[in-house]
Amino acid sequence: MMLGPIGFTAPWLLLALAALPILWILLRAVPPAPIRRRFPGVALLLGLTDDDTVTDRTPWWLLLLRMLAVAALIVGLAGPVLNPQDDGEQAATGPLLIVLDGSWAAARDWPAQEDLLDAMLAEAGRETRPVAILRLTEPQAPNFQAAETWRSRLSGLAPAAWEATPGTMAEAAAMLGDEDFETRWFSDGLAREGRDRLLSELQSRGPVTVYESPAPVIALAPATINDGAVQLTATRALAGTPREVTIEAHGRDPSGTPRMLATMPLTFEADATTATGELSIPAELRARLTRFEIAGQRHAGAVTLTDDSLRRREIALIAGREDREGLELLSPLHYLEQALTPSADILDGALIDILPANPDVIVLADVATLSGAEQSELLEWSENGGLLLRFAGPRLAASDVSRDEEAPLMPVRLRAGGRTVGGAMSWGEPKSLAPFPEESPFFGLDLSDDVTVSAQVMAQPDPTLASRVIAQLTDGTPLVTRKRIGAGQVVLFHVTANAEWSTLPLSGLFVQMLERLAVSSAVALPDLSEMQGTTWQPVEVLDGFGTLDDAGTLPGVDGEKLITDPIGPDLRPGLYEGPDRRLALNVVKEDTTLSPATWPANVPVRGLARPPEAPLGGWLLAAALVLLMADIIASLALSGRLMPARAALILAALLALPQQSEAQEQDKALAAASEVVLAHVLTGDSQLDEAAHAGLRGLGETLYFRTSVEPSTPIGVNLEEDDLALYPLLYWPVTPDQPIPTAEAYVKLNEYLRTGGMILFDTRDANVAGFGASSPNGQKLQRLARPLDIPPLEPIPEDHVLTRTFYLLQDFPGRFSGRGVWVESAPADAEKVEGMPFRNLNDNVTPVVIGGNDWAAAWAMDETGAPMFPVGRGYAGERQRELAYRFGVNLVMHVLTGNYKSDQVHVPALLDRLGQ
Amino acid sequence: MTNVAPLRARAEHEAARLPPLLARAEHLAGTVLLGEHGRRRAGMGDDFWQYRPVQSGDERRFIDWRRSARSDAQFVRQREWQIAQSVVIWVDAAASMRFASDEKYAEKSDRARLLALAVAILLNRAGERVGLAGTDLPPRRGEAQMMRLAEALIKDGADDYGHPESTGMLPHGRALFISDFMGDIAAARTALTGAADRGVQGVLLQVLDPAEEAFPYRGRTIFESVGGTLAHETLKASELRDRYLARLAERKAELQSLCAATGWQYGLHHTSDSAQSALLWLFRAFDGGPSR
Repeated sequence: MMLGPIGFTAPWLLLALAALPILWILLRAVPPAPIRRRFPGVALLLGLTDDDTVTDRTPWWLLLLRMLAVAALIVGLAGPVLNPQDDGEQAATGPLLIVLDGSWAAARDWPAQEDLLDAMLAEAGRETRPVAILRLTEPQAPNFQAAETWRSRLSGLAPAAWEATPGTMAEAAAMLGDEDFETRWFSDGLAREGRDRLLSELQSRGPVTVYESPAPVIALAPATINDGAVQLTATRALAGTPREVTIEAHGRDPSGTPRMLATMPLTFEADATTATGELSIPAELRARLTRFEIAGQRHAGAVTLTDDSLRRREIALIAGREDREGLELLSPLHYLEQALTPSADILDGALIDILPANPDVIVLADVATLSGAEQSELLEWSENGGLLLRFAGPRLAASDVSRDEEAPLMPVRLRAGGRTVGGAMSWGEPKSLAPFPEESPFFGLDLSDDVTVSAQVMAQPDPTLASRVIAQLTDGTPLVTRKRIGAGQVVLFHVTANAEWSTLPLSGLFVQMLERLAVSSAVALPDLSEMQGTTWQPVEVLDGFGTLDDAGTLPGVDGEKLITDPIGPDLRPGLYEGPDRRLALNVVKEDTTLSPATWPANVPVRGLARPPEAPLGGWLLAAALVLLMADIIASLALSGRLMPARAALILAALLALPQQSEAQEQDKALAAASEVVLAHVLTGDSQLDEAAHAGLRGLGETLYFRTSVEPSTPIGVNLEEDDLALYPLLYWPVTPDQPIPTAEAYVKLNEYLRTGGMILFDTRDANVAGFGASSPNGQKLQRLARPLDIPPLEPIPEDHVLTRTFYLLQDFPGRFSGRGVWVESAPADAEKVEGMPFRNLNDNVTPVVIGGNDWAAAWAMDETGAPMFPVGRGYAGERQRELAYRFGVNLVMHVLTGNYKSDQVHVPALLDRLGQ
Repeated sequence: MTNVAPLRARAEHEAARLPPLLARAEHLAGTVLLGEHGRRRAGMGDDFWQYRPVQSGDERRFIDWRRSARSDAQFVRQREWQIAQSVVIWVDAAASMRFASDEKYAEKSDRARLLALAVAILLNRAGERVGLAGTDLPPRRGEAQMMRLAEALIKDGADDYGHPESTGMLPHGRALFISDFMGDIAAARTALTGAADRGVQGVLLQVLDPAEEAFPYRGRTIFESVGGTLAHETLKASELRDRYLARLAERKAELQSLCAATGWQYGLHHTSDSAQSALLWLFRAFDGGPSR
């Protein structure tokens, strides 16, 4: 039986509701039961009558309460179920074919699909129907099996990053066989060619039901550069209501950690299917971008990878002479700037200053000699992939560079002087360019006849010369030569970069040549002809959910396929590496349009969400119980049995509980305030906390025996709750999995550090990673300490106060004996005064001491005073433990006495003055 | 209370705090037996009182020869006239006394017995003779009598409400009635007037539970007597409170007027108060009654 969305498993029980009015009358007549009391004074009561007789009927509200309780009980026992699932009733026999679109668009609600699929398979299993699953992305002949078999393989059916093509759908249609079956088609909601044919094939074999998520598909087209800004376009299948999406730009931060670099909102207008926005981010940042994605959309279509095309290359232009007085057009760099500015970022400055910025290209226009440092650094930069582009000129021609033997940063040896042709003082005609040889990067460029060369530097004939020439003049003299240096190369134009020696810089060919040399990168995609014969190796591939995975052992792909073929199992979307660049292959192309799937009217389309069956009986029975409880209390109150005193007592007891814990906290604060107490930060790892506690206990014992500091039992400090101001020293052991304190706790910690507290951070990993590299503890320490207000640090200097506050120490071992202990750095003007052994160092206590020697373990003592952890071996180990104790003593002394020992330096001077 | 020893011990404890109680002796020679109270005049007794010259009519054997030998006249040695008081105690043993409204209060019967025995011990220590009303335990002296008293006191009665016993009282003796006087007032009146007729004066102590004074009951209630013979049902107990309290006040006033008429003393004791204060009051009532 159904009442709206509620069904009943035992509806006949509802008949009992008819008995409610009778119950009303019955209950109404029965007054609350009397209390029997022994009372000697009854003799005096005899003969007294009651004044009013109202209360012999149950009050109406109590009746209502009881009625509700009974009604809830009856309805609850009738077994009401919200959204009972009985849609499996109609076609409960015969084989079942489940068709999955399984594309990237289906990934957006794959969990819902998976749930529904699981429920369907479970249902089919109960009805012993054979099931086959057909994935249109990778069609295989339907293989009807027991549903349980498929259930176990459900997680392997995750959506692919590509989508079905007309070809695969035709393939699937051909595989269907002759058997009749029912079909359930999980659609991804996108229209596709070839679907109708498959649908009619399926319909000829049995009923077809389509399951489709109503969630809109939003995809992101590849980013393009427009006027220096990154232009992003999102498309959606269905226009409709306005919608705002957030685009996240992901990349690497300067330390190489992947993180989100920028976000940008994009708004779809009401009737638009595309939304475009521009994101202008600094070129430095842009160079580190790896991908854009739409926030909250978990599918490969919402991710677009960036490749080299997005990067504006950074080009450093350096001229041998700067003719500030001269004419602009004669400047050796003018034409280069004109050619490069639209597509690249130009860096100016001295060579040594520019090199750390790691530009992609450095152009040396007529620079002849380089200093030794410049040369070695340039060489190193070039070996790491830099392109050094040199232009000849009068200075180079006049110099001895690469004269007798080949200079490392020149592709060829040069003859002295160069040559001039076709000038006023020379014979011959100016020379023009010869066609580019096939192996040249310039091969295929259109030669314009108006390029003439009137002067050039000449290459010495060498055995290697022929292989290094990539462009030559009609008379066979090299015009452009190239040499590879490691991963980089050096290219020499044998003419000047201005129009002094040739007309080349004036021509369009110059720009094209620069492009071919990948000096500028205006082209997004290489054209087909260029890709022929190349093989591209996948580096990272996208899965259907838009997650980047290592490509592993996937085979390389032919260049032309990369351009022409649709993505599929053999051509996965991802990042491909070619001969000299990387290419991103995205799921959604610039011209991809999304359109919603349309289904014929005779195909029922359902949503993915089946409201879960919710039995309500338990709730109703619980409500009945609660009502009956209320009835008990009300009845008690009515008949005078409810004792307010007792109720108040219980309430008071409940209220008293939190006060107790507050008192406890106060006790802790009192204990900390009345004596010197060493404290350690509670990390949540009980073993570690115990060790830290034992360590501070051991240190406390040592202090007690050796110094006038007599600390009481150490206290574990909860950063969130406790007042830190009471503790002079906090020992903070670092574990990778301890929770990061909240912002309020950091405020307290910073206040603590500013007001003279000290935190001893201990990464307990012997500082193997030198803080911050790969050790998990070091990384955790970085994250823990990032919000802290910590001054610049330095490795502890030899004359630091910490080395002599009590013992004279130079090493600070704990359980390990790493040397790296960091403290607040000395002020820059700290100087050693003549005759004093130490510098006059900073005037306060270092707020943090960072090390990794696991001091607590070395200090740790059990209750009997015996060490808890072994340190080293034999006598040397005991010596190390002793030094650890001494470090602890020095540390506590430093915290408590500050720079007292530093001031001792002045004692002779003070005595001297007093003597006068 | 089935064990004698604890009651005796606690009563001794209570009695130990008071000086010996000197009951007034002002009564007739008929009831006089030799006791320890000198009557401040010559008479029968053990202690020397005075020598007086022999008068005519004195028998020769009364002459104290040792005294007479020291002078010419002859003297008779007189002894002080000593008497002992007889005190009769009645403690209500009925079921209505076995009631305590709260765990922290003693039952009324318990308190009544304690007070009765404490008074008895004090009186005994002062040389008085103490017994129970009725014919079971006539007044006597001595430790053994205390034992017998204690044993007799712990017996529970079967009735719902007790009636004071006026038989067995020696004329012109003293009496102590302890009860809640919740039962029929007529019985109390008969006993009291009967005692007064025989010249017996005494103390009437009404012991009540705090609940009986406050009537802190609400809601529909059936009140039952402790014995279960009487019952009264009410639908709203709180409504009855004022009328009950009026009746209780009336009962107290009646007892007081009865006492005033018969020369008795009336006292009211609540089980929530300390037994010591009640004993003090009893001590005072016996030591200096209104008839002094």
